[in-house]
Amino acid sequence: MKQIILFTITAILAFGFMESNEIITVKGSDTMVILAQRWAEEYMRKHPETTIQITGGGSGTGISALINGTTDICNSSRPMKQSEKEKLKQRYNTLGVEIKTAKDGLAVYVHESNPVKELSLEQIKNIYTGKITNWKQLGGNDAKIILYSRENNSGTYVYFKDNVLDGDDFAPNAQNMPGTAAVVNAIAKDKNGIGYGGAAYAKGIKFLKIKKDANSIAYEPTTENVKSGDYPISRYLYLYTRSRPTGALKEFIDWILSIEGQAIVTKVGYFPVR
Amino acid sequence: MKNKFLGSSITTLSALSALIIVLAVVVVMGEIMLGGWSTLTWEFLTGAPKEGMTSGGIFPAIFGTFLLVIIMSIIGVPVGTITAIYLSEYASQKSFLARMIRFAVNTLAGVPAIVFGLFGLGFFIQFVGSGIDKTFYGTQLKWGQPNILWASVTMALLTLPVVIVSVEEAIKTVPRELREASLALGATKLQTIWKVVLPNSITGILTGGILAVSRGAGEVAPILFTGAAYFLPHLPTELSDQFMELGYHIYIMSTQSPDVEATRGIQYATTLVLLLLTFGLNFSAIFLRYKLRSRAIR
Amino acid sequence: MKNQLGRNRKNLLHKKFRWSEFLAEKLITLTAFISFVFIVLIFIFVFREAAPIFSSEEKKVSLIQAGEVQETYGDVEENNSPITSNQTSALETSGSEGDASLSNLTGTEWQPVSEVPKYGLLPLILGSLKVTLIAIFLAAPIAILAALFTAMFAPRWAKELLKPAIEILAGFPSVVIGFFALIVLATFVQNLFGFEYRLNAFVGGLAMSLAVIPIVFTISEDALTAVPKHLSEASLALGATKWQTALFVVLPAATPGIFAAILLGIGRAFGETMIVLMATGNAAIFSTQIVEPVRTMSATIGAEMAEVVFGETHYNVLFLIGALLFLFTFTLNAIAEIFIRQRLMKKFSGN
Repeated sequence: MKQIILFTITAILAFGFMESNEIITVKGSDTMVILAQRWAEEYMRKHPETTIQITGGGSGTGISALINGTTDICNSSRPMKQSEKEKLKQRYNTLGVEIKTAKDGLAVYVHESNPVKELSLEQIKNIYTGKITNWKQLGGNDAKIILYSRENNSGTYVYFKDNVLDGDDFAPNAQNMPGTAAVVNAIAKDKNGIGYGGAAYAKGIKFLKIKKDANSIAYEPTTENVKSGDYPISRYLYLYTRSRPTGALKEFIDWILSIEGQAIVTKVGYFPVR
Repeated sequence: MKNKFLGSSITTLSALSALIIVLAVVVVMGEIMLGGWSTLTWEFLTGAPKEGMTSGGIFPAIFGTFLLVIIMSIIGVPVGTITAIYLSEYASQKSFLARMIRFAVNTLAGVPAIVFGLFGLGFFIQFVGSGIDKTFYGTQLKWGQPNILWASVTMALLTLPVVIVSVEEAIKTVPRELREASLALGATKLQTIWKVVLPNSITGILTGGILAVSRGAGEVAPILFTGAAYFLPHLPTELSDQFMELGYHIYIMSTQSPDVEATRGIQYATTLVLLLLTFGLNFSAIFLRYKLRSRAIR
Repeated sequence: MKNQLGRNRKNLLHKKFRWSEFLAEKLITLTAFISFVFIVLIFIFVFREAAPIFSSEEKKVSLIQAGEVQETYGDVEENNSPITSNQTSALETSGSEGDASLSNLTGTEWQPVSEVPKYGLLPLILGSLKVTLIAIFLAAPIAILAALFTAMFAPRWAKELLKPAIEILAGFPSVVIGFFALIVLATFVQNLFGFEYRLNAFVGGLAMSLAVIPIVFTISEDALTAVPKHLSEASLALGATKWQTALFVVLPAATPGIFAAILLGIGRAFGETMIVLMATGNAAIFSTQIVEPVRTMSATIGAEMAEVVFGETHYNVLFLIGALLFLFTFTLNAIAEIFIRQRLMKKFSGN
């Protein structure tokens, strides 16, 4: 028993002393934590003098930390809210700096056996607000549409609501799943389900082609289509800093926006901004 | 005739219910064993998550869980033990104070885990933590945010009744003659407790600690917003760091991972690790309690 | 016993006053008091964070002047995509906090992130009740019958199989049950009954019953075995069969304890978070259908608290839900305790 405790203490101490000089803290969106972690890993390999610490917790948590001064960079899958800028202004007399680092195409998925292949934004809105309730109305089977949505605190939820539902409320029978995996998992097992989220891959689901309105061409969420803006549901993933980055921070952010940093964006499954 | 039918159906039904329970346990255990066994390798136990958490191991989560329960025990076991000593050695059963404390312990045992989480957030983080920050760190935020210390304290509170009940039970088995002998030899009450009662109830304290640890390792709701992190590239080094935890890892891997198919094995194996951990702890507690009871009979 | 001991000693010889003893006793008493202090603190702090809902609202003044725009860095050429989330100011549904007046709280809609946030608690309360009732209706008969089995009929080997099974079941972390329900049970139930929704109140309740069974079983079995032996012996001596004794003598005598067991089971199910968070679909539908997805109070807190802005109305409402949960389980436990104590009284008077 004593030995275990001793060992633990030693281990903790050992880790405690393993710190180098330049430390950059990154906090925020769980969606982006993996992306940020890859950036950090790669960057630290090239710049051993810099240590980058990454924590998730959610976009809101990250922005709070930025406001509270516990993080240098906050990553967020949604733009900053007015109330949050307000708080930054109050403390630091700045509105913060917004850095767009990647684009994320929000895919709409259905079960692979579903005959429906494409939808317009209008149709998606009607489905999620509860105006269209049967797949037959969309040229599919005669079956009730089962709605899968995200939890209302996620950036994805807010984005989808603001931009696809034009701010309208989701139908109350939309099931709120805690993450993309849960949505994908549910759709793969639900013949009549529809869901949205990042371009996650799994057996049993397929991505719908989306068109802006009834008369335009439908596009798949591929890299080219998202990058060109043809695919109509895409969002940016942001980094926020309190003030214009300088020094080590600037170097890191510049590197993220460089070809190398953007290559990692592609690798993780998002779309580069440049 | 009718009575006979009723009789046999009652007997059958009750036996059937017992069978259902056993079957449920076997099915859940079997499913997780089968699903997780092949992924459960040494590398899995000692490696960190890799490639966006779609491969690699769960060492940071195991480490975080251990750290959590160790800090929790350091806080909870002494407090629980002293409370049990008070209840069994000092307080008279009818005194108002003792009844109040007993009532508090029972209530504490019934408070939902998620409410402990809320309390941890509202009290430890927002009130105590922020208070410390304001007093010592100015505007700098250090303790006023989720971290392993607040998560551990919250968990210690949740598991406190487990420790108290278990220690009290153990103290009760210490024969009265031993105490009387000690007192008769001129030892004070404190000396008697320290030298006679406590050494004789060490198994009970250990049992309480183990049960608390097993409970603490399995609860996720209290740490959802008091310190658990989705992913950390480094192990926690300070009490003010966040940490990864096995139960929380299961939750996020099964609901939030970017690639469900690729991580299926990881989800099952993590669940298996957590199950094995809690079972190991529970069984050692049961074993200790068994030893304790047999001594009590003697 | 100890007091008697103390008293005897006092009579025999004068107790010498010792500072160390005195201090130790005070310190021990103080430490024992911690549990009580924290119960009070939980009460205060959970309610404190919920309280701003009921106080009058203070209007916030905007510090940002018109035309002031957030700086950007490393910008890229804008594509002509009509829908990208850079329309920060154009649409900001998530920005408004909304009010939490009583009429809003008693509404039937839970849409906390909306242009007009709706904090209707009714669907959540109904959701919690639905799952709890399903769980207890499934768990209580099984657990009580199994307890009766162990207490009255079971051969030794069966007892030795059932007891560890219950211990193991009680040791299952709720996240493990939630995981099992999410991945395996939901699909199994859907294939079996052909439910429209894979995740629904029934699946949640079924999974929850796994968590409730050990509690109901343990306390019921305790109550059944505590029934004085002379009662069952008298019954058997009068020629009643074993099952007659079990059903008409032992079971009625243990009723208060079994009732307490059910109450504690309800309390557990009502407050449990991880299982419902993972297995119920979390849709705040205001209906009594049991095969529809539900959103429970505890799952709502678990899912939304992590990313809510501290101090906002939404945050306060989540604490209010927590306060309600606390009150409800507190009351249940208090009632259960009265029943258990009654049973103990009966037992003692029976002797």
